[in-house]
Amino acid sequence: MEKVKLTIDGLEISADKDKTILQAALENDIYIPHLCYHPDLEKVAVCRVCMVDVAGRGLTISCRAPVEEGLVVKTDSEELKKVRKVPVQLLFANHKTDCITCGKNDDCELQRIAKYLGLEADELNRLRFAEMDDPIDDSNPFFDRDPNKCVYCGICIRTCSELQNINAIDFSNRGYSTRVSTFGGGPIVESRCESCGECVVRCPVGALLPKTTEQPAREVKSVCTYCGVGCGILLGVRGHKIVSVRGDGENIVNRGSLCVKGRYGFGFINSPERLTKPLIRKNGELVEAEWDEALDFAAEKLKSCKSDEVAVFASAKCTNEDNYVIQKFSRAVLGTNSVDHCARL
Amino acid sequence: MTNSVADIGEASCILAIGTNTTQAHPVLALNVKRAAAKGAKLIVANPKEIVLCEHADIFLQHKPGTDVALLMGMMKVIVDENLQNDSFINERTENFEEFKESLKKFTLDYVEEITGVPGENAAEAARMYAAAGTASILYAMGITQHTHGTDNVLAIANLAMLTGNIGKPGTGVNPLRGQNNVQGACDMGGLPNVYPGYQRVDNPDAKAKFEKAWGVKLDDKIGLTHTVVFDKALEGEIKALYMVGENPVLSEADAGHTRKAMEKMDFIVVQDIFLTESAKFADVVLPGASFAEKDGTVTNTERRVQRTYKAIEPVGDAKPDWWITSQLAKRMGGKGFDYNSPEDIFEELSSLTPSYGGISYERIKEQGLQWPCPDSGHPGTPILHSEKFPSASGKGKFVPLEYRESDELPDDEYPLILTTDRSLFHYHTSTMTRKVEGLNRLNSEELLNINPADAEKYGISDGDMVQAVSRRGEVNVKAKVTDICPPGVVSMTFHFAESPTNELTNAAIDPVAKIPETKVCAIKVQKVG
Ligand code: SF4
Ligand code: SF4
Ligand code: SF4
Ligand code: FES
Repeated sequence: MEKVKLTIDGLEISADKDKTILQAALENDIYIPHLCYHPDLEKVAVCRVCMVDVAGRGLTISCRAPVEEGLVVKTDSEELKKVRKVPVQLLFANHKTDCITCGKNDDCELQRIAKYLGLEADELNRLRFAEMDDPIDDSNPFFDRDPNKCVYCGICIRTCSELQNINAIDFSNRGYSTRVSTFGGGPIVESRCESCGECVVRCPVGALLPKTTEQPAREVKSVCTYCGVGCGILLGVRGHKIVSVRGDGENIVNRGSLCVKGRYGFGFINSPERLTKPLIRKNGELVEAEWDEALDFAAEKLKSCKSDEVAVFASAKCTNEDNYVIQKFSRAVLGTNSVDHCARL
Repeated sequence: MTNSVADIGEASCILAIGTNTTQAHPVLALNVKRAAAKGAKLIVANPKEIVLCEHADIFLQHKPGTDVALLMGMMKVIVDENLQNDSFINERTENFEEFKESLKKFTLDYVEEITGVPGENAAEAARMYAAAGTASILYAMGITQHTHGTDNVLAIANLAMLTGNIGKPGTGVNPLRGQNNVQGACDMGGLPNVYPGYQRVDNPDAKAKFEKAWGVKLDDKIGLTHTVVFDKALEGEIKALYMVGENPVLSEADAGHTRKAMEKMDFIVVQDIFLTESAKFADVVLPGASFAEKDGTVTNTERRVQRTYKAIEPVGDAKPDWWITSQLAKRMGGKGFDYNSPEDIFEELSSLTPSYGGISYERIKEQGLQWPCPDSGHPGTPILHSEKFPSASGKGKFVPLEYRESDELPDDEYPLILTTDRSLFHYHTSTMTRKVEGLNRLNSEELLNINPADAEKYGISDGDMVQAVSRRGEVNVKAKVTDICPPGVVSMTFHFAESPTNELTNAAIDPVAKIPETKVCAIKVQKVG
């Protein structure tokens, strides 16, 4: 890709020719406030908080202006401060402000912008009227939709249409009554939504939040254990529990995408119904036993069978290493090639 | 898959046949939908009007079990209209003339009569597929779970070869593998006829190689497949079963037969993470660690060997499966089971499996590699068969085909075809997904999808409890009246132990692949009460 050089706040940077000013800035760790821009999605340029000053052109929406050789960009000025404030003040006009208890606290683009702009309480409240108090849609078992926190960036809508090709949601109404809603306006769980959670991951504020927001202490790379696509995941661990799953954006197979099972289907791991002890049938009942007893018993019984009296089922849910050992056991110890698994089912 | 998941985006035409991709392989389906949105042609061939049809240019709604006729009809159009890729046929294939002969009888009228697809639609699909510069075929269990599943797969291979759509980007014959590691379990020799790496047990060289590596005498007799194991158990020949992470009582066709066989066996060891419906038949149950509790590798549908890392300690006294099996082996006097870690095992298996030979934990630390990867400098193989086919001559062989009917077709007594399907929200027998409350809420019970015309005929309304009855069993299930299913065809998943669909299905198998015909059986339905 051909490169062009431009300066942002006096810093000379180079960027691929097909980038916008906002992208070039963000890639070079220069923050420009933005809300409706998302790297995975088409640009819509509706929020107007990404305004910059381009020499010879004046105020420019940076998320849709392509870079050009020799551009001189300013990301901050008295004028910019002023013009950026208005759309943000409008957003705060009826935004619910229970920030401390909001699941997005500290990770919210609106907070970040307010802080960057240095909005004071009186400025925040200047255009404020009644706080919105629409009902929360908690119909989906995995995430809630709180319209009172929406900033109308449309990222969720574009995610659902451009990335997922599902089109479960769209804007309805105009002006102050604009809402993100399902077709027909009913609860999301009754819509064509597939609960993939891709919109939840991308919402810049607390309007779309997973039901459990328990934060992991660390993350471990893995691969989704459901279907054969093999999506890369990051398992979030806290104590001895898996508390979250994220799509692994580095993984070449799924590039961060997950379906509902991969993203939200991890609860079985710490299910109270897990088997935690070997069991042996005694007097018709399966009762708990220690490993030595169970293994010795199984080994002794299997040993008493002739090779052609025993069969082994390996597992399409186990690892390659597990399966290798299982078939080796079947062939080398039990002496039979009658080892198979559910590949056909 | 001969090609890769990401490679689907390179195709200018995609034929998705016998795959309900958005439900069974959702993230892969994103690639299909995105390609279609960007202008790739999409042909969906399925007995049901699945979600993917919304994105399709052509939808071929053929009757269950008639894939060979449909595909042969399409190929006849291609040959009649001279749309085949002659240079590919000449250079890379053999047996074309014989194959061409077998196309003769598949006139569009004949095809329409068998499949129910208007001849002109099939012809249009054929032209669309043949005209595309690059065309990819995706298929899944809708193709394989038939008594003539092997023929179905051969028909697909014929179609790809006929148009030269194999061995290059955006093409391929792409089976979408079901379970997360079904590819790996096959690669590792979890099959009765092959050692790891598909080295045949009846090949003396392979046998000698594994005898040397494992230090024991091995048997060169091909073992029993899954389905046959249960038959032999009923006959009293198979007396004991060691079963890891499987739930045949719900997943195997003709569940009643499976249950009886499990009851008959003298001794069953089950190794699993839950006490499944099948584990209840066990004499010993060994608690395995879940995927999050052990290190290892899994191989996805595009043959990519990927690393999984242990995130937490196994719950309770559960242990990794490789450890449990090794313990059993050692207690039975087995040698060569003193593994300290999965990496130890991987080193052994990669030294004996040529296609995994170049893969090591170090190399796949960050990103997986696609086999064949024969040596440590090899970058892996995203596309198979780019220069030659894995046959003695190196050429792809056209196979002449006949249309064969499914084993059990509807009649006066059992007038409907039952075909099985999957839900987005559950997985296989749902051992894991039903433990997730939210997934249970999103899909809480089995539904029998039935066309409004059939529903009317049998006096069934949406939401009624009905009894579905086949020659083998009966199941009570809630009816969903929907035109997703055409008249004469009903569908159910098999995710719910309360409505065990496989009580109904037919265990007749494909003679080569030994896959049971779970996609077609005859049933009747009647309102309960
Ligand atoms: S969860 Fe997925 S399907 Fe549902 S609205 Fe969000 S993006 Fe669309
Ligand atoms: S719900 Fe979130 S992503 Fe959607 S428009 Fe509102 S703020 Fe944007
Ligand atoms: S996230 Fe969904 S598509 Fe990906 S591997 Fe898991 S089940 Fe399959
Ligand atoms: S980020 Fe530029 S207009 Fe919204």
